[in-house]
Amino acid sequence: MPGPLDAVDPRAAVVEDRLAGVGRIVAVTGSKGGIGKSVVSASLALAWADAGRRVGLLDLDFTSPCSHVILGADEGFPGEGFGVDPKDTAGVSLMSVAFFAPEVAVPLRGDEVAGAFLELLAVTRWGELDLLVLDLPPGLGDIALDVVRLVPRVEFLLLSTSSRVVLGSVERALRLLTGLRVPVLGLAENLQQGNDQGVSRLGASFGVPFLGALPYDAGLEDALGDPGRLRATAFFAAVRRLAGRLSG
Amino acid sequence: MHEFALADAVMKAACRAARDAGMSRITSVTVRVGELQQIETALFEFSLSEVLPAGDPLLEGARFVVEAEPVRFHCRVCDLGFGRGDLEGEGTDDALEAMHFIPELCHAFLRCPRCGSPDFAVVAGRGVTISAVEGEDSPDAGPT
Ligand SMILES: Nc1ncnc2c1ncn2[C@@H]1O[C@H](COP(=O)(O)OP(=O)(O)OP(=O)(O)O)[C@@H](O)[C@H]1O
Ligand SMILES: [Mg+2]
Ligand SMILES: [Zn+2]
Repeated sequence: MPGPLDAVDPRAAVVEDRLAGVGRIVAVTGSKGGIGKSVVSASLALAWADAGRRVGLLDLDFTSPCSHVILGADEGFPGEGFGVDPKDTAGVSLMSVAFFAPEVAVPLRGDEVAGAFLELLAVTRWGELDLLVLDLPPGLGDIALDVVRLVPRVEFLLLSTSSRVVLGSVERALRLLTGLRVPVLGLAENLQQGNDQGVSRLGASFGVPFLGALPYDAGLEDALGDPGRLRATAFFAAVRRLAGRLSG
Repeated sequence: MHEFALADAVMKAACRAARDAGMSRITSVTVRVGELQQIETALFEFSLSEVLPAGDPLLEGARFVVEAEPVRFHCRVCDLGFGRGDLEGEGTDDALEAMHFIPELCHAFLRCPRCGSPDFAVVAGRGVTISAVEGEDSPDAGPT
């Protein structure tokens, strides 16, 4: 029937296009807050860049972005060309809402989070990348669900600690993701202190590979914001091994 | 300058919608541009009508109608409906630029003029939407 078709959101039509030059897309989650998703995401991206891969990092924590702090990115708006260009930070192509709204709180409700995410996907020009890392906010809310819905070929890397409080939450995340048939690359342990096998056992019970442990590193805090010092930490050495295992 | 990326999105979404509806040619696309995003209309229209249509035969001779849509907010706390003109001042250049890239950032920079809350809904005039795609059916598009 000829006739007007109405109300189409144009942004969804170009998400695949915008990500067409990107090889693999790895979303880092763990559902629980404060377990190191952001430091692991940024360090993974940096380790891959150091290994000569073309890497992007998208900070999807709109209310408390911190990738730019971890990698020590320059302030100011990103460049604009055909779309918006990520900022080259220590060899990583970084995109964050912090570039647009530094130092102000960004209180967003669910549908607004989804709107901002779709806008970023539609206008960011990643170019050719081997890998794009997505740093997810805590929880399995709007952003995690939109990543599953909108991002083609996405694979999840789950992070946990050996605390029972965290393990229970990660178990629920694993159940959800495997139930949705979303590819899960594996499970890594962060903030390791003892020699607990809880995280590897959890992975085994879901048939998900255990990718190793990242130690608790008291020197990490002082290295944040300085890629040179970050690279010298024991934490980063372990992330480098994780990066090798994931891309090998 | 990222108007070009938005125009490209409009173009691809219009073509996809038209193909899904079995059209063989698009005659016109109506695009609503929300006040909040402050699109540079001249650049946007130029991308739509001069640069991009070459990419898809469906768009040959298509007409683009760009309509401005005023922004309307509704405060979830005190129930006030308000518009751009009800706000104090224009906002700093950086705030305007931020909302140009990501309209949702209005919640970081704008406040309800009555109660001061950032918890308002953008009920109209957020960004770019396609309000209508008109065209002609493919001759081979099944009986109806
Ligand atoms: N292995 C580690 N050794 C020492 N400190 C760590 C380690 N991993 C993370 N941290 C510290 O823990 C804090 C939280 O880390 P991070 O912000 O990366 O967690 P997150 O999971 O992204 O948090 P959120 O859920 O808020 O997004 C940071 O101060 C970080 O430096
Ligand atoms: Mg984080
Ligand atoms: Zn109010």
